[in-house]
Amino acid sequence: MVETTIPSRSTGVVLSPVRATLIGVEKHWTWYRRNWRATAISSFLQPVLFLVAMGFGFGSQVQPGEATGGQTYLVYLAPALVVVTAVQNATWESTYAVLSAFIWQKSYWGAVVTPVTPAQIFSSQLTWIAFRLVSSAAVFLLVAAALGAVSGPGVVLALPFAVLAGLAFAAPVVAFSATRETAEGFSGLFRFVVIPMTLFTGAFFPISQLPEWLRPIAWVTPVWHGVELARGATFGTLRLLPALGHVGYLVAMVAVGVVLGRRYYQRRLAV
Amino acid sequence: MHPVRVDHVTTAEPVLVRANGLTKHFGDFEAVRGIDVEVRRGEAFGFLGPNGAGKSSTMRMISCTSPRTGGELSVLGLDPNTQGPTIRARLGVVPQTDNLDTELTVRQNLQTYGRYFGLSRAQVREKAIELLEFAQLADRADHEVEPLSGGMKRRLTIARSLINDPDLLLLDEPTTGLDPQARHLLWDRLFRLKQSGVTLIITTHYMDEAEQLCDRLVVMDGGKIAAEGSPSELISRYSTREVLELRFAPGTQEAVVPSVVDLAERVEVLPDRLLLYTKDGEGALGAVHGRGVRPLSSLVRRSTLEDVFLHLTGRTLVD
Ligand SMILES: Nc1ncnc2c1ncn2[C@@H]1O[C@H](COP(=O)(O)OP(=O)(O)O)[C@@H](O)[C@H]1O
Ligand SMILES: [Mg+2]
Repeated sequence: MVETTIPSRSTGVVLSPVRATLIGVEKHWTWYRRNWRATAISSFLQPVLFLVAMGFGFGSQVQPGEATGGQTYLVYLAPALVVVTAVQNATWESTYAVLSAFIWQKSYWGAVVTPVTPAQIFSSQLTWIAFRLVSSAAVFLLVAAALGAVSGPGVVLALPFAVLAGLAFAAPVVAFSATRETAEGFSGLFRFVVIPMTLFTGAFFPISQLPEWLRPIAWVTPVWHGVELARGATFGTLRLLPALGHVGYLVAMVAVGVVLGRRYYQRRLAV
Repeated sequence: MHPVRVDHVTTAEPVLVRANGLTKHFGDFEAVRGIDVEVRRGEAFGFLGPNGAGKSSTMRMISCTSPRTGGELSVLGLDPNTQGPTIRARLGVVPQTDNLDTELTVRQNLQTYGRYFGLSRAQVREKAIELLEFAQLADRADHEVEPLSGGMKRRLTIARSLINDPDLLLLDEPTTGLDPQARHLLWDRLFRLKQSGVTLIITTHYMDEAEQLCDRLVVMDGGKIAAEGSPSELISRYSTREVLELRFAPGTQEAVVPSVVDLAERVEVLPDRLLLYTKDGEGALGAVHGRGVRPLSSLVRRSTLEDVFLHLTGRTLVD
């Protein structure tokens, strides 16, 4: 079939992949500016309440010692809680929000008929989640500092590691959400993955307290790697080789999630 | 491929959409079963068919969001398989189901959408004002979308699809589910677009919509094209000028057929009425009365595309 190109009167053009991703992020931002209040409680208030309850309440019963690296429990907890919070926020942002864009609000279906591609829609979603993780972790750190949960500037280093751990979980979960028709699987994810992962992987007590056979389960979670990195960086005890190992593991999780996410978005949106 | 009849457009206009033996399967199910279509610039082209005919599947293939299973397809002279984003940059798409951002304002819906087409912030700001006017939503510009009526949402979806001044506008059931007043308002907007030279492809299961808006259409059923032509051509080819409708108590209409069958060129039996296809409806009605047949009510009307569909498929468009 021989066709001649038809002259265009349209003003539309194709964006580069990076610009397309950023325009998608801009759209999320437009939404967020109007609707952030709805997410403020889960992403800001809840972790702060946690810090207060665990750090001041429970922590007042804990003596500074070897297990807490000589710090008060509150200070010991703060960098780990940044990681836990990031992973919890990542879970919210990569489950219901994603399914909504497919099923309830259908905003992805609006985007696919524009020049952007399903893979770019996925990239926008993940970049937006990164943005949310950075901002909520920063707010949390400010509040933690105001509450005296911070012993020095080293805690700032916890932020990038917390965001990396959050993304390491978000990327595969976004991919998983893209395969869901209903929200049913999500409560199981929270109950059987997220909650144990935040409670038993080193944030609140060292995993050396766990029975030996449980420790390998902690090792595969992004929270354990994130906590090791964030706490080590905060208290200056992080050594290079383990740090590279933790970062490498988390980056690999992001990479697997990205590969799967791009594939599942394509499969779902181009039917 | 059978020759394409062109009414309002000269054959010199370029072909914007050409499909040859186009198919779409979902697993084992054949939703589109080899259709041939040609749409030229400036036309308003329609797919008329009942639910499940394969209209939306076809539209999604043309809008380059659904890969075809087989056959050939070119849109704006390009192949959707390899040039999807380039084609989509020049299309306007109104999907069957609204997917507006209901938690954004009317204006934000237009502006954020335009950004996907590479328009600058200044461009989308300006274009949004023009489109708000066009969609008669200027007074709602900064309201959230959620509480808007169905008709307003539909107008906004159409306005949104025009943000990039598309070369081709695809409308999948633009007025389904709207009340008559909202439909007429929408038709008026679409008519203006048509007058301004925008090429339209419309799917519908309303024969009145097809008659109002389409220069040329195909009747689609079961994934295939049953007929093609302008509304008036189709009516004169597949129906008579007039139709006499005789309404009976359900279940009793069948028995009347033998006594009226020779009064019309063709008789269709529906659950509650008989349709007598004839050049002269009043004359036929007189004859019916003359034979002592007493319908509950009767009506003489002109043939419509509904009659064409009934003739071609033996079924009604909307059940
Ligand atoms: N994604 C899909 N998966 C499976 N079947 C589908 C899908 N989309 C449409 N179909 C089926 O294809 C047929 C044609 O559907 P569609 O193109 O939506 O028809 P129409 O728009 O004319 O109502 C229907 O029987 C429908 O159930
Ligand atoms: Mg449809």
